[in-house]
Amino acid sequence: MKASVQPYSQEILLERLEELYEVEFTWLKVDPLVAVLVNLDRNTQDFILGWAMRLLTTNVYISHEFIIRVVEALDRLERRVIEAWAVHAADTFDQQGLRPALLVIQQVDAFLEHAHAHAEGITFAEVESILSTFVCGLSGRRLKLAQGDTVYTDSETLYLPNITAKLVKSKDNFLLCKAQVAFMWAQTRFGSFRVDFTTAFTDYPDKEQALAAFHALDTLRLEAYMERELPGLWRDMQRIEQLRLDEVREEEGVCNMPLQGIWATCRGVLHTPSATVDDVLALVPQVLGLPIPQPVYQTRLNPEAVMTCMLARMEREKILLRVKLSELAKEMRGEEETPPDLPLSREEEEKKEVAPPEFELREVPEGQGMELVLDDKPIAPPEEVKQLITSIMLDWGDVPPEMLVAAGPGEYDPSLYQKEEKDIEDVWKGIYHEDGAFLYREWDFARQHYRKNWCVLRELEISPGDPVFVDKVLDKYQGMIKHLRRTFEAMRDENRLLKRQSQGDDVDIDALVEALADSRDGREMSDKLFQHMHRADRSMAVMFMVDMSGSTKGWINDAEREALVMLCEVLEKLGDRYAIYGFSGIGRKRCEIYRIKSFDDPYNAQTKARIAGITPKDYTRLGVAIRHLTEKLNGVDAKTRLLITLSDGKPEDYFDIYNTQYGIEDTRQALFEARRTGIHPFCITIDQRGKDYLPHMYGHANWVEIDDVKKLPLKVADIYRRLTTR
Amino acid sequence: MENTANSGNTALIHDPSTYLIEKEPYYVPVGNEITLFEAAYDNHLPLLLKGPTGCGKTRFMEYMAWRLQRPMVTVSCHDDLTTSDLVGRYLVKQGETVWVDGPLTRAVRTGGICYLDEIVEARKDTMVVIHPLADDRRIMPIDKLGQLLEAPDSFCLAISYNPGYQSVLKELKQSTRQRFVAIEFDYPKPSLERQIIIHETGLDEAITDKLLKLADMTRNLKGNGLEEGASTRLLVHAGKLIAKGVEPRAACQGAIALALTDDSDMIAAINELIGALF
Ligand SMILES: Nc1ncnc2c1ncn2[C@@H]1O[C@H](COP(=O)(O)OP(=O)(O)O)[C@@H](O)[C@H]1O
Ligand SMILES: [Mg+2]
Repeated sequence: MKASVQPYSQEILLERLEELYEVEFTWLKVDPLVAVLVNLDRNTQDFILGWAMRLLTTNVYISHEFIIRVVEALDRLERRVIEAWAVHAADTFDQQGLRPALLVIQQVDAFLEHAHAHAEGITFAEVESILSTFVCGLSGRRLKLAQGDTVYTDSETLYLPNITAKLVKSKDNFLLCKAQVAFMWAQTRFGSFRVDFTTAFTDYPDKEQALAAFHALDTLRLEAYMERELPGLWRDMQRIEQLRLDEVREEEGVCNMPLQGIWATCRGVLHTPSATVDDVLALVPQVLGLPIPQPVYQTRLNPEAVMTCMLARMEREKILLRVKLSELAKEMRGEEETPPDLPLSREEEEKKEVAPPEFELREVPEGQGMELVLDDKPIAPPEEVKQLITSIMLDWGDVPPEMLVAAGPGEYDPSLYQKEEKDIEDVWKGIYHEDGAFLYREWDFARQHYRKNWCVLRELEISPGDPVFVDKVLDKYQGMIKHLRRTFEAMRDENRLLKRQSQGDDVDIDALVEALADSRDGREMSDKLFQHMHRADRSMAVMFMVDMSGSTKGWINDAEREALVMLCEVLEKLGDRYAIYGFSGIGRKRCEIYRIKSFDDPYNAQTKARIAGITPKDYTRLGVAIRHLTEKLNGVDAKTRLLITLSDGKPEDYFDIYNTQYGIEDTRQALFEARRTGIHPFCITIDQRGKDYLPHMYGHANWVEIDDVKKLPLKVADIYRRLTTR
Repeated sequence: MENTANSGNTALIHDPSTYLIEKEPYYVPVGNEITLFEAAYDNHLPLLLKGPTGCGKTRFMEYMAWRLQRPMVTVSCHDDLTTSDLVGRYLVKQGETVWVDGPLTRAVRTGGICYLDEIVEARKDTMVVIHPLADDRRIMPIDKLGQLLEAPDSFCLAISYNPGYQSVLKELKQSTRQRFVAIEFDYPKPSLERQIIIHETGLDEAITDKLLKLADMTRNLKGNGLEEGASTRLLVHAGKLIAKGVEPRAACQGAIALALTDDSDMIAAINELIGALF
């Protein structure tokens, strides 16, 4: 911090804040803010004002509240953690609206209660990816991680707070998160929830107290599992617990010895490998009323969340297994499905009813695990069925035999076993791609962070146009196409025989004869005596991203279509893979991508009709289209990958922030992401104003402006040449 | 440890097309693969070993070569492998051109076993030479020599292929596939894998079981960011390092985490799993 820089004075602050919050319209009071800020040094003032301004672009009330609360947090948390907190508030606003977002800001009090002074906290975003993978590696049901108010699990999702800051060092706070995740995994894996929470505690006068005792005892039981299953982690857990105990001792001046007396006895009982959750329940009366041990990695028990989630799952999975088994049986026995319009004969009907296939689950001798048996033959179940059986065993203890009877045809209504609400995260991860909705983030330059799952994109079919269009283009540009073909052909990489090489598959006889003659004449013999077949493997994949926004209406649209026809004609020659997609949409929730030619589609009559069918539609939200097509392009196996945008202008959307610098910055960011994955993006534009912003988005060398459609394929040839002759 | 055949300081020179393995290679059968192989061999049928990398295919081939007492030539296939690399080529020696047989030709001439490892890695045009050898003609034309070799009964062609390998372009062609008797390999089941690791590394049961647990964890990650889980081979590698006194966490990080992926987040997550176990 430089001492020479003076803090802002009261007057300046007042003036700036009044302007910032437009007080004459919003009626917000800025005096309290000035009071907060005036006593701080300049560096801190700038930090806070900077974030207040970023939040302002999200919502004025959030920004205002932020300044009020931030001071409490300032001397307790690192700035990095404060930033994470502010971003979380903005995310919450995007997803849930103002009220929950304000709560996030206000709850800094609650949060600070647990936070260590000067903690190097760790944010959920920082641990999410690693710990999701970590928990996926552990056996049992597949568990998800999500951000929540407290640390708890509903038996499918593990919730961690936005920021973990109970310990001083960020490395230890990470370990704490890891321990908590592993602990919640252990709860689902080792039967902590095989308790009927609705009845098990009704006899206790103080149900809450009994639940807390239960949870503490069960924690002891699970610690033993940790020690056995994950000894390395258990050591870390003991170490971070010791860190906390040392601190308590320092602060309170007492020697806080953990676990004495009855608790220690209970631990002895629960540490035997055979101890179950029933033993835990049986011990509850013994510890009622005693102070409860609270190790630092202790999570919250949320019986309501567990019950709701678990009951629904048990109901669903017992049906689902029978349905999946009937599919499996059909596959194994090679039964044909009876077409619905052919009624079964009575005999067949009876046969079906009499013998629904019954599976068996057998313990495998020696090795661990179970195997599925049908008609006395062991079968390898698909991964999905394995997961299902695992999940059922965790809930029920084993798989009841009646669940191993395959479901009869139409026995259950699919709505009973299909999860109706599809998780937004799952859509994002691509599990439900068939639903056609993709979610993409968008870069908010004012916030300097992404807006998560902000754009909803769908892939739509284009209605085919008149294929005659293509013939007309071929006619009109006959000479041009011939010329282009030659240009592109010259770039084609072909198998060719390289002569006079020092290494190769075969002897180059001409060279050898010469060399032998040389050596006979006493000259030195060349060692370049081989010929080598150079094999073409200049593997290139090009994605054309075509602007279908309303502003292309008229000659620009014609130009795009004509250019695409010419490009296809010549690219077919080259043998490189290429794809064409159009994009348009209105607003962030209706982003559209039109398939014109996928990498696998041939250039045939249908493709030609789709090119002819490219029509101007709505707006130009560039970023999301780039992100989507980047993913597609990265799905093909090629050495060089090119993303070429054909557009008439800058990013814009319907009465939207996207028309501002925001859109330009998001596009730039999306291109940056693409480049990081190894893609080369280019832009060919038909817009005179391009010079202002295209270099900023694409970089100086990566855009061209053209005024004549005939030049477009030549420009593409240029781009090719630049990339392949480096 | 005892399967290092040469404990001296200088290389022993063998010609693979005549060299016979003397000492029984350590191989634990996992199913009926030995019977299947012998039946195919007796009927002059070529073999296709299918399975993820590091699950014992090469070791199995060595074992069979020993069992049948035939010489074995192994070729690891790759992109740049040419037909001449397999069949042979003219070389210039002291001003004269001399023909030198490639490994496949040598195996055919001497009635040995030719093992083409990771066949999908090779280009299609290279692989056409194996077609006439793989069908019932069992012949190999060498155009440049003007020879047509008819393979002796003891000749055997085996290829391996990893079906998990994600490459749409290079899937094994049906026409090639159907000529072969397929044997499927997978990681040995836990009790066998334990036995193998203990034998190969000399570690005790306790640490071996941790390696097996780690293997399971990484195999759970298959399809969730990893293309393959840790193979038996990687476990043996890590085990050998540990047996040499390398700290277990470091050994697993080096021999398993880094060998499985380049993705830094994934490496970090696997390291967390390792840290939790050891
Ligand atoms: N069934 C087995 N018997 C003995 N060793 C095995 C077996 N399976 C795997 N191994 C061990 O795993 C290592 C790797 O196997 P390898 O044969 O090289 O795999 P692949 O050829 O399938 O890639 C071997 O060196 C050996 O130590
Ligand atoms: Mg091998």
